[in-house]
Amino acid sequence: MNDILKIADKEFNSRLFTGTGKFSSNHLMSEALIASDSELITVALKRVDVDNEQDKMLQSILRPNVNLLPNTSGVRDAKEAVFAAQLAREALETNWIKLEIHPDPRYLLPDPIETLKAAEELVKLGFVVMPYIHADPVLCKRLEDVGVQCVMPLGAPIGTNKGIKTVDFLEIIIEQSNVPVIVDAGIGSPSHAAYAMELGADAVLVNTAIAVSQNPVQMAKAFKMAVEAGRMAFNAKLASVKKHAEASSPLTSFLQ
Amino acid sequence: MNNTFQNQFDTYNWDETLASINAKTTQDVEYALSKNKRDLEDFKALISPAAAPYLEQMAQLSMASTKKRFGNTIQMYVPMYLSNECQNICTYCGFSMTNKIPRRTLTDDEILKEIAFIKSKRYDHILLVTGEANKTVGVPYIKHAMELIKDQFSNITIEVQPLDQHEYEELIEANLYAVLVYQETYHRDEYKKHHPKGKKSNFDYRLDTADRLGKAGVHKIGLGALFGLEDWRADSFFTALHLKYLQKTYWKTKYSISFPRLRPHSGGLEPKVEMTDKHLVQTICAFRLLDEDVELSMSTRESEVFRNNIVHLGITSLSAESKTNPGGYVVEPQSLEQFEISDERPTEEIALMLENQGLEPVWKDWEAFK
Repeated sequence: MNDILKIADKEFNSRLFTGTGKFSSNHLMSEALIASDSELITVALKRVDVDNEQDKMLQSILRPNVNLLPNTSGVRDAKEAVFAAQLAREALETNWIKLEIHPDPRYLLPDPIETLKAAEELVKLGFVVMPYIHADPVLCKRLEDVGVQCVMPLGAPIGTNKGIKTVDFLEIIIEQSNVPVIVDAGIGSPSHAAYAMELGADAVLVNTAIAVSQNPVQMAKAFKMAVEAGRMAFNAKLASVKKHAEASSPLTSFLQ
Repeated sequence: MNNTFQNQFDTYNWDETLASINAKTTQDVEYALSKNKRDLEDFKALISPAAAPYLEQMAQLSMASTKKRFGNTIQMYVPMYLSNECQNICTYCGFSMTNKIPRRTLTDDEILKEIAFIKSKRYDHILLVTGEANKTVGVPYIKHAMELIKDQFSNITIEVQPLDQHEYEELIEANLYAVLVYQETYHRDEYKKHHPKGKKSNFDYRLDTADRLGKAGVHKIGLGALFGLEDWRADSFFTALHLKYLQKTYWKTKYSISFPRLRPHSGGLEPKVEMTDKHLVQTICAFRLLDEDVELSMSTRESEVFRNNIVHLGITSLSAESKTNPGGYVVEPQSLEQFEISDERPTEEIALMLENQGLEPVWKDWEAFK
């Protein structure tokens, strides 16, 4: 079945996006990313040694069919984010940017106001903007209005592995969105990822749950399968939970 | 971005759509009924012939969903016809250009007389209606009428000829709340037959009216089809498709659906495809089951018995004691109506009917904060 995800000018066979943080070694990271089949891998610009063409981490990621997605992790406001994005475009030769602005160093929760401001500016500067945000349906529409290419609402606070805690809001976002919805942050297990896909998310981004697993390579593969299963289930349309509506006092007897 | 509904609409074929509705099975209906959130395929199942045996169940679900979202209330509104001048030929309409009837456009004085009567009936939400006569009943006239009455009504809706975006913007600035614009039928060729002459014969301009309204930033857009011009199942589906497109595109706007239908043997145009009472209930419930938030409106076209019962099954707003002729309340009650209304009970009686059924008639539910 032809089920390609399109974001901006790129097409993806895999709906599992991954990250590069928290792995115990570049080698293990590379193995895990290969096992995940992921075609979009985010990398924190702050981790990259842009002056060193032999940067070890980058070397461990780059393969055919893999697209780098630099992110602005570490910035605290729109101004810094725009600066970081421009730096990333220059250093990594891509106009794709995962916009994350978390002024709060503890929970790393995204700042919606600065994110919207930066997104508008970055779209004008020709970036493909993928904003990491709260599962806020109104914010998603506002971002869509300024021209972002997808939205990345969180399932739970980043790094918590708590799963899809924002389900009620994600459902609204998925229903209303005209751009792909990628559930980012909080996905702690393959069942969480499958659940997000069953809800109709277009893709998920998973990092911590793979990187800190006892066996990142196997876990990456498990996520790959879970995302595929969830997507397939979504396309096949889930059977419903049975409810019974009993006709107590007939409302339609006046029609007889 | 110059995308409009027409882009999406043009990818659909009427006959195929109708065939896919009629092909829905018992299983499809049961599946649709069992879901929490329903999509347009579920809607097709719910308006299909296969759903007929499930009407009571649909009504139960529709009632529960409506009560959950809107509570035990019904919004009251009243139409006021400002003019019956019209340069369109519409085969089903009493005001059609070629009908030899006296034409009247209300003067300021007449408008004030009419609204004095309407206010005595407690109404605070008003629907202003005109034909299409751009020289005499254009935007300046409509805007003037709105300004004339705005201190007496919190909520003004219009049902007039489709306008351009900047014209809507001008009226919104003057506190216009909502615009009703019914496509009549989404069947392009049949539309042409029923609207052979006048600006209204332009199907595409009418089809994209809601987009212009959305861009202009109106608070509410009312959609509908005149059931009976063509197959009501397909027209319902395209109305629902239109609704879903608009909700996704103009997400700050509210929407309402109305359910006018041509009745056989009522003196006017005979329906090509008859929509029975059961069909109409099925359609109303299907819209509610598709969308928990959309307002569903019922006019006085329908009979007393039908209206007494339908107020529980998904309807959220109701008109009463309507006159569909300009000056019909006070100025010239004997003039010819646009269409014959069926439920002629006075407003007080309708309010009592609602209260006796545990429903609160709501008269005022808006305030313009500017």
